[in-house]
Amino acid sequence: MSVLVYVEATDGKFRKQAFEAVTYGAKVAALLGVQTHALCIDEVNDEELKSLSDYGANTVWFVKSQHLNFFDPLVIADVITQAESQTDSDVLVLVQNFDGRAVAPILAAKLKAGLVSGAVALPVIEGNSFLVKKNVFSGKAYAFYEMHSPKKIIALTSNTIAPEKTSSNVVLKEFHPKINERDFKLTVKEVVKTSGTVSLADAEIVVSGGRGLKGPENWGMIEEMAKILGAATACSRPVADVHWRPHSEHVGQTGLTVRPNLYIAIGISGAIQHLAGVNGSKVMVVINKDPEAPFFKAADYGIVGDAFEVVPKLNEELKKMKAGTTG
Amino acid sequence: MKLLVCISKTPDTTTRIAFTDNHTKFNADKVQYIINPYDEWYALVRAIELKEKNLARQITLINVGGSDNDAIIRKAFAIGGDDAVRIDAEPDDAYFVANEIANYARNEKYDIIFLGKETIDYNGSQVGGMVAGFLNTPFISLASKLELNGDSATIERDIAGGKEIIEVKTPFVVSCAKGMAEQRIPNMRGIMAARTKQIKVIPPSSKEKMTSVKYYELPVQKAGCKLVSSDHPEELVRLLHEEAKVI
Repeated sequence: MSVLVYVEATDGKFRKQAFEAVTYGAKVAALLGVQTHALCIDEVNDEELKSLSDYGANTVWFVKSQHLNFFDPLVIADVITQAESQTDSDVLVLVQNFDGRAVAPILAAKLKAGLVSGAVALPVIEGNSFLVKKNVFSGKAYAFYEMHSPKKIIALTSNTIAPEKTSSNVVLKEFHPKINERDFKLTVKEVVKTSGTVSLADAEIVVSGGRGLKGPENWGMIEEMAKILGAATACSRPVADVHWRPHSEHVGQTGLTVRPNLYIAIGISGAIQHLAGVNGSKVMVVINKDPEAPFFKAADYGIVGDAFEVVPKLNEELKKMKAGTTG
Repeated sequence: MKLLVCISKTPDTTTRIAFTDNHTKFNADKVQYIINPYDEWYALVRAIELKEKNLARQITLINVGGSDNDAIIRKAFAIGGDDAVRIDAEPDDAYFVANEIANYARNEKYDIIFLGKETIDYNGSQVGGMVAGFLNTPFISLASKLELNGDSATIERDIAGGKEIIEVKTPFVVSCAKGMAEQRIPNMRGIMAARTKQIKVIPPSSKEKMTSVKYYELPVQKAGCKLVSSDHPEELVRLLHEEAKVI
């Protein structure tokens, strides 16, 4: 029995999500008193693979040949199933990102496993009871799921757990999945990237703009604030609908769900559909000229004022603070 | 081409969420139920558009739930869809629901199985992938565009920071997100036609459930919003740095 964590790399590097997932998996393994395996099938060098052990992976499985050069969730789920069998794992941990949302349920069907998608805490394990907490009703409540099946899959929400370094001896092992060319049933023709430098799903700070900004030409101050804070930029639905910003930046019920440490909403009224995508954020700040904007009821801090006056001043103050803390 | 559209019943978006029986049950009292918006606006409407373009012959709706779900099936009929199947069972576990849908679809040989990217109540995003897993057919998640050309489809799928353009042959399962289609309001002809369409009710074929909700919790109420004067943005910076410790 062991815990298997499936991680992805982007351009040969692991992102924070991967370290969070390994940290989470190692903590679950500690609760169960078992070993932690990590599996990566992307092309990654040994140094990068070893970095997974810093977060508690006892064995890191890698694939040397047969790197999958595009994403077919059916094939990935099949490879993970093979790794599950080789490592004798009962608990599988994935990241609830775009790819994880496709792979985890296929895996659940293949392994006859229970799945909790979007876990927001470590499981509570007592005797035969295995309880996992997740967001339900679009962030308006939590549910604690009892997992009855012997095999359990947890898809972890980003920013649930901070990556934590431990000392662990690393064992790198090559994994030889059986992949048939005819297993690939879909073809990726093209990948179009539209977003900025900081990945929205990973971001610890998100600066988001709404219709109150009046036009795409006014996003300079939003981007400046994001740059000062090392944040990702986001937007509300109406802004994406009129193409002021790309759809990939749209957070809310129909867009992306984010839960950063800090969410700064500028010129966003805070409709219930928008809040559904951001209300898992640890701290929310709202800047809006309308004191009746519903966002003030959900936020932790607020400034009632015109964004075009407040944001430039705020950016100057943030710069001063950053200069003070770093130098 | 035969299409299957999975529809789920969810509380209306504006529902006040409350629980009973010591936080173990959702309080359904006075709750207005709707078709899960992702299933309705994106999955169902795109299927209807394909039929209108003569690219599909038949649209079947499938739902897992009790007889009180017939109301939302009729609503879906008013928008479009030819016939419906209701698996008469409590849809309280995604694995169970997906297994039921897969067991039904396996014999009927649908070319495309449509559903929304997730339900707005349990936000699982599980049933589509599980159906594909059970049937061993390709799964395209979070699709924002779908064009058919014979038995081949070109699909745009949302990925981190962009999109991916995929080609796949039928049969496949697709989970639909914003962009796929636009919400339609049923017209009078549709509403009249919905009355006479057939809902076939069948008993569940399996029993296995993998998860159950033991209890619910409401988020801790925020202490309230601390307002800072617009003349003193430095005070906000101080609070975020020293009090909230997030910057």
